[in-house]
Amino acid sequence: MSNPVVEVHNVSKMYHRDRVEIPVLNDLSLSVPDGEFVALMGPSGSGKTTLLNLIAGIDRPDKGTVTVARTDLSGLNESDMAKWRSRHVGFIFQFYNLLPVLTAFGNVELPLLLTKLSKKEREERVKTALDLVGLGDRMDHYPRQLSGGQEQRVAIARAVITDPTILVADEPTGDLDKQSAEQILDLLDGLNQQLQKTIVMVTHDPRAAERAHVQRHLDKGELT
Amino acid sequence: MYVFKLIFKNAMRHRLRTFLTILGIAVAIMSFGLLRTVVAAWHAGVTQAAPDRLITRSRISITFTLPIAQKEKIEQVPGVEEVTFGTWFGGYFKDPKDFFANFAVPGSQYFNLYPEFLVEPDVLETFDRERNAAIIGAGLAERFGWEVGDAVTLTGMIYPGEWGFVIRGIYEGRDETTDDQQFLFNWDYVDQRMLEEAPMRAGQVGWWVIRIDDPAKAARISKEIDALFDNSADETLTETEAAFQQSFVAMAGTIVFSLQVISIMVIGIILLVAANTMAMTARERISEYAVLKTLGFGGGHIMGLVAGESVLIACLGGGIGLILMIPLLNGVGAALQQWFPAFPIDPMTYPQAALATIAVGILAAVFPVWRAMRVSIVDGLRRVG
Repeated sequence: MSNPVVEVHNVSKMYHRDRVEIPVLNDLSLSVPDGEFVALMGPSGSGKTTLLNLIAGIDRPDKGTVTVARTDLSGLNESDMAKWRSRHVGFIFQFYNLLPVLTAFGNVELPLLLTKLSKKEREERVKTALDLVGLGDRMDHYPRQLSGGQEQRVAIARAVITDPTILVADEPTGDLDKQSAEQILDLLDGLNQQLQKTIVMVTHDPRAAERAHVQRHLDKGELT
Repeated sequence: MYVFKLIFKNAMRHRLRTFLTILGIAVAIMSFGLLRTVVAAWHAGVTQAAPDRLITRSRISITFTLPIAQKEKIEQVPGVEEVTFGTWFGGYFKDPKDFFANFAVPGSQYFNLYPEFLVEPDVLETFDRERNAAIIGAGLAERFGWEVGDAVTLTGMIYPGEWGFVIRGIYEGRDETTDDQQFLFNWDYVDQRMLEEAPMRAGQVGWWVIRIDDPAKAARISKEIDALFDNSADETLTETEAAFQQSFVAMAGTIVFSLQVISIMVIGIILLVAANTMAMTARERISEYAVLKTLGFGGGHIMGLVAGESVLIACLGGGIGLILMIPLLNGVGAALQQWFPAFPIDPMTYPQAALATIAVGILAAVFPVWRAMRVSIVDGLRRVG
C-alpha cells in the first residue's frame, strides 16, 4: 500500500474562455498509494474533475508533472497516451457512456478489441466481468433495456475488463437513486478490497466519499 | 468483422434518416445514369458512323436538294467506290406527333452502303420490283405493330398528299445501336409523282452517301467532290458521316452540354445530402467518439467508423440506384424510341456511377471525420447528459 501509483507534482491548469484565463488547478500536488481508494470532493468548479482527467491521461497540465503507474504522462504523445490509457486506466463516468448500439456484452468487450486476445478469450473475460458486476444474465441486453444502476455496472465491467492499474470514477453515483448508488459503491468497495484496485473517485456525495479510505477536498484549485 | 458490425449498427440508428439518404442517393445515381445515357444516345449517330462513308449535301443547307445528275460526276472521283442517296420525305402515319424517319432511296442499292441493315436478298428483289414497296426497321415495325404485307398510308408534309405503301420487308439492326426505326421506300415512286404534279421538284435528291476505298483519303476526296460543283447552282458540302452526324448534335449542343452539367450537378447534390447526414451524425456522436478515445481508440479507428458509415450509406444508395438503373433506362429508352432509335447504356456508366458513389461516401465524411478527430476528449465528454 506504500508505493504511490499516482504522483501529481506542482500541477497548474488553466482554461481559456474567449480571452479570459480561468485558473482551475494551482500548484497542486497529490500522491495516491497503490491499492488506495481516494475520494476527491469539493464544490463545483473546484477542479476535481480536471484533476481526475489529468490523472487519467485525457488532459494535460500547463505546469507540473503527472506520473501514473511509473509513467510520466507529459512525455507521451497522443497516440502513446491512448495506448497507455487502454492498458492502465479504467473509466467510470457519471452518465455511464455506453454505446447504445452495442449490447452489454459488446460494450464490455470494446476495450479488449485493442488487445491481441482471441475472440474466445475475449468472450471468457467479458462473461467473467459481467458476472463480477452481477449482470451475467443481461449480457444480450442493450443499454436502453437496462436500469441506470445496471448501466453503471456494465460501465464498471468495461472499466475493469483490461485489468487496469487504476480506476477513475467521475461522480459514479451522481445519476442514480440511493439503492442503486449503494450497489455501485459496494461494487467499487469490493474491487478495492478484494482485487486491490486503486480507485480515484470524484464525488459530491458525502455518503459515497465515506466509502473511500481517504477523502481529499479541493477548493479553488487547491487541496485543503 | 466487429468494426463492420458497429458501422452497420451505427448506420441504422436513425432508420428514417438513413433510409431517406439512401433513397436520395439511389435516385441521384439513377438520374446520373439516365442523363449520361441520353447524352450518349445523342452522340450514338456519331459513334456508329462508318469511317468509309462520306455524306455530300447542299452547301446552303440540308433542306436544299441536289440534282440527280451529280451522281455520275461523283462516281468519277478517284477513291469513290459506290454512291447512293437519300431524300427526306417528312411523312407521318395518322398523327404528325408520331415522328419517325422516312427516306426515299434508290431501291436495294441503298443497302449496299448500309451493311448494318440486315435484309433478306429476296426482300431486296421485291423492293426493286414494286414501286410502292417499303422496307422498315424492326423497331419501327414493333412500335406501330406493322407486319410484312401491311398497307400503310403516309401523309406527306414535304411532298404533299397521301402516299400508299406496302411493307415488303423488315430489316434487323446488325448491332444493338443500329437505328431500326427507319421507313425506306423507292425514290422512283416519289420522283414519278413529282414529274406529274410538280416537275420542278423531280430529279432531286436530299444527300449523297459515298463509300470510299480508304478512310484516310476522306479529306482529299471530300475536297475533290465539292470542287466539282464549285460556282454551280448546286454547290455541295462533303464531310465524313461522323462529321455529318456531329453537325446534328451540334445543333442541340447547348442542350447536350446542359445535360452534362446537370449530370455532374446531380453528383454534387447527393454529396451535399450525404454530407448533411454525416455532419448530423458526427455532431450527435461526439461524446461517443470521446468515450472511444478515452478507452484508447485512436484517430484511425474514429476515422474508420465515421468514413465507414458514410461509405456504407453511399454504397447502399448507389447499389440500389445501379440495380434500378437498368429497368429505368430500358423503360425510358422505349418511351423515347422515336427520338433516340438507339438508346444504348454506355458500359462506362456503371463504373462511373460506382466511382461517384464511393467518392461521395468519402467526401461526405471529410468534415465529420475532421470534427470527430479534432474534438478533445474533455470537450467531447462535456456534451454528455
